[in-house]
Parts: sequence; structure tokens; C-alpha cells
Amino acid sequence: MDNIIELKKVVFDYTDENDLPVSVLDEISLSIERGSFTAVLGHNGSGKSTMAKLLNGLNKPSSGTVTVNGMDTADEKHEFEVRKTVGLVFQNPDNQIVASIVEEDVAFGPENLGVEPKEIRNRVDEALKSVGMYEYRTHAPFKLSGGQKQRIAIAGILAMQPECIVLDEPTAMLDPRGRSEVIETIQRLNREKGMTIVLITHYMDEAALADRVVVMDGGKVILDGTPMDVFGHVTELKSVGLDVPQPTELVTLLKADGVDIDTDVLDVDQCVEVLVKALHLEEK
Amino acid sequence: MLNNITIGQYFPANSVIHRADPRVKILLTVAVIVILFLASGFVALGICAAFCILLILLTKIPVKMYLKNLKAIWAVLLLTAALNVFYITGEGDPLFKWKFISIYTEGIERAVFIAVRIFLLIIISSALTYTTSPTELTDAIERLLSPLKLIGLGGAVHVFAMMMSIALRFIPTLIEETDKIMSAQKARGAEMDSGNLIKRIKAMLPIMIPLLFSSVRRAYDLAEAMECRCYNGGAGKTKMKQLHLSFRDFALVFGVIILLASVILLRIFPIVLF
Repeated sequence: MDNIIELKKVVFDYTDENDLPVSVLDEISLSIERGSFTAVLGHNGSGKSTMAKLLNGLNKPSSGTVTVNGMDTADEKHEFEVRKTVGLVFQNPDNQIVASIVEEDVAFGPENLGVEPKEIRNRVDEALKSVGMYEYRTHAPFKLSGGQKQRIAIAGILAMQPECIVLDEPTAMLDPRGRSEVIETIQRLNREKGMTIVLITHYMDEAALADRVVVMDGGKVILDGTPMDVFGHVTELKSVGLDVPQPTELVTLLKADGVDIDTDVLDVDQCVEVLVKALHLEEK
Repeated sequence: MLNNITIGQYFPANSVIHRADPRVKILLTVAVIVILFLASGFVALGICAAFCILLILLTKIPVKMYLKNLKAIWAVLLLTAALNVFYITGEGDPLFKWKFISIYTEGIERAVFIAVRIFLLIIISSALTYTTSPTELTDAIERLLSPLKLIGLGGAVHVFAMMMSIALRFIPTLIEETDKIMSAQKARGAEMDSGNLIKRIKAMLPIMIPLLFSSVRRAYDLAEAMECRCYNGGAGKTKMKQLHLSFRDFALVFGVIILLASVILLRIFPIVLF
């Protein structure tokens, strides 16, 4: 198995204003497989945003190691190589757009890397096309919708040609339409370009789209597996303040009441299917 | 109210002026401003006005946009005009006399002259910002100031240009935010449009404090986002858009040289209309 990012016994803590140590991450070990789509779920304060910043070296672990393509993120000399390999997209699209014109903003990353002007042009055009914002390249970002701005932020990272994109709650500030635009873009990048995706979120329906779901609570990984596996643990998820997708919850509750039903359900269509099957069994 | 600010804004379009080299545009704007101050007499001013009108037609931006600026500066225009009307004493009899106020023909001429000159100054500088994106503008300033690198100020020039472009980038964002905070405070019963000056200034505090707070937060977020995109203070940075001088730049320079020449000629050999 080829892992792009590896966390080994990562601890992250800091001292607050009263000099008391605050532990955010507690000996986390995790590896992200190349080309995979991983969702990290967690409640506020579970340490998931801190982890996002650890993945590209913006935060350095207090102890343990984070390696990206074998490079230790704590090593200053790999700083740019690591950030170029793992791009990070934040929650608020307004606060990550640097320039007043869409294409100039997308060019910011490659310009900093010292890429040739002609090559920058190609990368910018390609990045904007792959997020579906090419026709807006000469627009001013502040006139665009939240979803469009967030897609530009993604294009800005894509133009650096990363191998992995980490998105820290990219849809938290968007309306439903903007959310689906962004999620579709992420899925397409994963499927068509083989981009490794780490999506940090607290929306169950978004996490259900991933290949793998990691659930964090109190700075620890408490569940890790396919969406089916993870969402089966209804009581554990509820105890850490997370919900399960409603169809999953329904069938799990029915099962608990003694109904003979298949619980591998993530969306409404699958739910209807197993309910119909269960009803037929009942009749017989 | 806050959405009507057009000075300093950029209107994307595909015109000769938009595509001209921003460095040339900046230098020529400065040149035209100097020429406007050199212009003596209405003939020279008329030539300048004709030049400015031709220029704004070339920008393909609706003339309405330029006229909007008049709204913002009409008070200044009126005040300077009025001062000139009342203060300038000419030869011969005054046109109008009442107690200590006397108005002369020269005063009125001068007032019109100054008002037109100020208006042209505003138009020509808006033509620059309307047709040049903030990034181009700061990029051009950075390049124009690049001789400072020779005395070891290269880093400072880059930082200055970066600060300017970020400031310009965040103007609309902060205006939007101010509007939101104002609405939120109004919804909580804050009164901002009534009372005397001190009361109004006090009423601004609940707007300024959250705005300041969120700006600091934004600055922190932006710094992280810039780090994620490998920003390191401009060392080894390249530019997607290279600046090349082309035929249209030389044509513009040529136009301004002719303007300068005619204004200087008119200073030496004035044509008096009346």
C-alpha cells in the first residue's frame, strides 16, 4: 500500500495564557493512501482542524512525526516541497483569496514557486477549467457566490499541481447549492484526476461519499473504516455528538427492535430497497 | 450608500486602454495631471478636455460611470468655484456689487476654469483605476520603483506593493461586512442616523469594534492561506502576466506628447477668446 501522508504517534499541545498545557491531539497514528478519498468527521474541538494544518506542515507536531512522501514536515528545508504536495483549502473563501481578479489569484501559488510565465498561464487555465470556473477568469471574486469563490480557492491550490488536497470544512459557510458545487468538484478531482482528498467536515452526507471515514473525538481517532462500517456504530457516534445519516439510523433502529433487515444503508434509495425487502420477508 | 463608491474601482472590459501597459498608464496619468496644471487659457483647457473625452470613449466604459464621480466631489467643486468667484478682483467695473461682495468677469472665468480642471483631473485618474486592475496597478508600481533595489530596498518595494494590493482586494469585502454589522446593530435597536455629532460618533463604536476584530481574524486567516500557497515574501517570485510595450503604448505616449506640446505652445503664444 502506497501512503502519501503518514502520521506516527502525533501529539499536539500548547500552553494557554495560564501556562496550563492544553492537549489537542493525543498520539494519533494515521496514514492516507495515495489516490484515496478520506473524510474526517468530528465535533467542534475534536482536533480535526489542527490535524488539517499538521498535514501540510503549517502546524508542527509537539512529538511524533508527520511525513509527506517520506519528507518530515518538521524539517524546514522541505517546507515548500511539502506545501506544494499537500494543498490546504480553508473554510472561509473570502479570507483565502489574495488578488482582485480570479485568474490572478489562481496564479498566486505558481508565481510564488517561480514557475515560468507561460507555464503559469497553462496551469491557471487548466485549474480553472477543472473546477468549472474558466469563463469567470477575468471577474472580480467579490461579486461571485460563496460556492464559486470556494471553487476558485480550490483552483488556486490545483495550480500548484499538488498530489493531495486537504479541505478544512470547505462547505461550512456555503448555502446548499454552493455545497453541492464544491462537493461535486472534489469528487470529480478524486475520480478523474486521481487526486488524494482529505475532507474535514461535520456533515454526514458529505462523509458518506468518501472511501473511508475517520471519526475524531477529544484528539483521538475513535472510529476508522468505510462509511458503511462507521455509520453502523450509531450509539458511539451519538455519544460524541455526531449524527448518522437518517436512512442509516432508521434501519439500525429497526434492527435493534428485532426486524430482520439489512443495515448497509447510506442513502434514501438504498433505504427504500432494504425496507421493501424486509416487508416481503415479513409477509412470508 | 456604501455600494456607490466608484472611485478606485476596476471595470473589466476589452479596450485599447485596458490592454495598455499599466506602467505607461501610470506615467501618462501623472503627465496629463501636470499638463492640466500647465494649461493656461480656455483654448488649452479645451484641448485637454477633448483629449480626456477621447480617452474615456476609448475605454469602452459607460460615460455614466465617470459622471458618477461628480456626485462625490460636487461640494469641493462648488466650494473652489465660489471662492474664486468672490476673491478674484479684475480690472474694470464689477458685474455685481452688494455691500462687501463684488463679482468680476475674471472671477467667473477663473471659477469655471478651475472647476473644469478639477473635473478633468478626476476623470483622468478614474480612467486609470477603471481600466487597470489593482494587481496590475501595484505590479506596475513595483516595477516602476524597482530602481530602489539598487540601494537594497527591493524587499521593501515588494512588501509595499503586496500590502497595497491586499488592501485594495479587501475594500469590497470590508464594505460588505460593515453593511452587515450595521444592519445587525440596527436590528438590536442601535440608532445611527439621529442625534448630534458626538452621539453619532459614539454610535459608530459598536460598528468599528466588531469590524476591527474580524479584520484581525481575516488577516490571520489570509496569512495562513498565503503560507499554504508557498508565499515567502517575494523572493524568486515570477509573474504570470509579463509586461510588454506595444504599438498602442507608443501611440498613447505620442498622443500625450502632442497634448503637452500644444499646451506649452499655447502658454508661449496665447490665443485669447474673449
